[in-house]
Amino acid sequence: MTDAMSPFFEATVRTATPLAFAAIGELVAERSGVINIGLEGTIIAGAFGGLVVAGTGGAGLGFVGAMAAGMLVAAVFALFVITLKTDHIITGTAISMLGVGATGTLYRLLYGATGAALATPTLAPHPIPFLQNLPWIGQALFAQPPITYLLYVLVPSLAWWMRRTSGGLALRAVGERPEAASAAGISPARVRWAALLFCGAMGGLSGGTLVLAQVGTFNEGISAGRGFIAIAIVVLGRWSAFGVTGAALLFGAASALQYLAQAMGWGLPYQFALAIPYVLTLIALASARSRSAAPAALGARG
Amino acid sequence: MTPTGTMRRTDGILRALLPPLTVAAVVTGVIVLVIVAGHHEIGPSFGALGRGAFGSAYAIWSATLVRATPLTLLGLAVALAFRAGVMNIGAEGQFLAGASAASAVALRVPDAPAILLVAIPAAVIAGALWSSIAGWLKHRFGVLEVISTLMLNFVAQYLVSYLVRGPLQEPTHVYPQTASFSSTAHLPLLITGQRLHLGYAIAVVLAVVLWWMLRATGLGFRLRAVGAGAAAAESAGRIMVPRVMFTAFLLSGAIAGLAGGVEVTGVTYALYEGISPGFGYTAIAVALLARLNPLAVIGTGLFFGALEAGAAAMQRDAGVPFQFVAVVEALIVLGVIAIEWSRTRDEDGR
Repeated sequence: MTDAMSPFFEATVRTATPLAFAAIGELVAERSGVINIGLEGTIIAGAFGGLVVAGTGGAGLGFVGAMAAGMLVAAVFALFVITLKTDHIITGTAISMLGVGATGTLYRLLYGATGAALATPTLAPHPIPFLQNLPWIGQALFAQPPITYLLYVLVPSLAWWMRRTSGGLALRAVGERPEAASAAGISPARVRWAALLFCGAMGGLSGGTLVLAQVGTFNEGISAGRGFIAIAIVVLGRWSAFGVTGAALLFGAASALQYLAQAMGWGLPYQFALAIPYVLTLIALASARSRSAAPAALGARG
Repeated sequence: MTPTGTMRRTDGILRALLPPLTVAAVVTGVIVLVIVAGHHEIGPSFGALGRGAFGSAYAIWSATLVRATPLTLLGLAVALAFRAGVMNIGAEGQFLAGASAASAVALRVPDAPAILLVAIPAAVIAGALWSSIAGWLKHRFGVLEVISTLMLNFVAQYLVSYLVRGPLQEPTHVYPQTASFSSTAHLPLLITGQRLHLGYAIAVVLAVVLWWMLRATGLGFRLRAVGAGAAAAESAGRIMVPRVMFTAFLLSGAIAGLAGGVEVTGVTYALYEGISPGFGYTAIAVALLARLNPLAVIGTGLFFGALEAGAAAMQRDAGVPFQFVAVVEALIVLGVIAIEWSRTRDEDGR
């Protein structure tokens, strides 16, 4: 049993890592009242930025490039939805198309039609002594590339920051009652700009993780809808940092289930496993508790 | 005629011309940029683009218009929903639901005469049912349709993936696709020797019908009133807003489902994964560029059809990457909403 479960847990955490980064970014954006459907474009920009920078500067610098590229895309999105007060959904859809199209075009221009087998430096798994030997979850949680460990610090810090600091309070206030926040001397526009740039950096890290710690190369479909999945994860995680992490693991487990099903010889069509998290998200959305957890001003223009 | 009146009119003409001019400038600019950056030659590249879109009878009847068909139908589906204030970004999923239903019917009774009379309505119903899930979730639980339709797109994608590897897989069970439909389940071709099929005619007629419906019927008025402001429509016009919105979901989904049914019976004659290269998302650009006017969707659908057909030729003949099309589409959407913004700003200022 453990023989089959250990790779399953490992695959769960591996798949969940880029999802968790993206969803944490989306969480902060949504907490400020902005639905960022452009996240898909941010992720693929991060993947591409990571690839380009890592090619000359190594994997570590690649992650910086990934964050910068993600923030650039997020800044375009922010310019439209905050400064020009355009519709979040339409703008976000366009930004996603822009990210996918622009990176696909640039990739072809820079690396040619064949794409070339690129020698991209990647981040090797870095097992943590002792912890990696824990039964069941040791390998899954503590024998990952270092970027995964960043999440272990980031998630609790973000939860604490959102709940306990004045910055976190300002973020939530802008997402719930922007007029009230404004009256209290907080600039909703400034808070949302900051939230979206953070979201861009996290989306960029998500893409960077894909290229620099997992796949090792870039292709035009590499983001594979993860930006949209992240939006589902935020709903399922009920807009809290720990909830979102749990939901990311659930989505990771659902896609890892197909490997487990093969190993165990189950007849379950894997598409059902893959579809489960989306159906769960719809059910979660329909539940009253979830709706009351959503920021009140979410998606409102201005 | 007062001087201000004349000025207003010139101003109005300029404003009407601004969007198409912006679009033309953006499209040309991006293409030139991509060509130059890739060290291709501008003349031959644009030549390939033009030839691929309009350069021959084949280009027009078998590439551009065939590509324009799903874009026009889905553009209509999106435009109708948006007009009623329903942010249906699930046209992609509804398209897949329609394509799956039509395929299931066409394969279930192969060689049956007039099978299209069952397959196409099945696609329409499947599309409407698929969107009604989001409509019901919104009506009953207040779930934002943006998220629900997006989720349903993924579920539809996995549904197709399951169907073409499971119950609908071709008999040898090697390829992830259905068997080819028998010729009784093919939409009639409009021109002998070309790929253009009845679906495009259906799209054009539907555009006119929807335009008339929105303008001249009670339902059209209610849809527009709800889109203009749900609260106002409820209090002033005694309009049942939830019911009108649900109708918008159903109609929009039905049209998107039709598009799916038309694509499998008119073009691919089979169902497979990736049957839609994001038609449902491009359709948002089609609808917005038409400013949600169904008649204008004929034009914008044709424009995007020509752009994609031309871009495919440009990649084939001149090596210019096809991916720039998505950049053009995105910039058009951003351009349209930026122009919209400058308009509302001017109106607020008055």
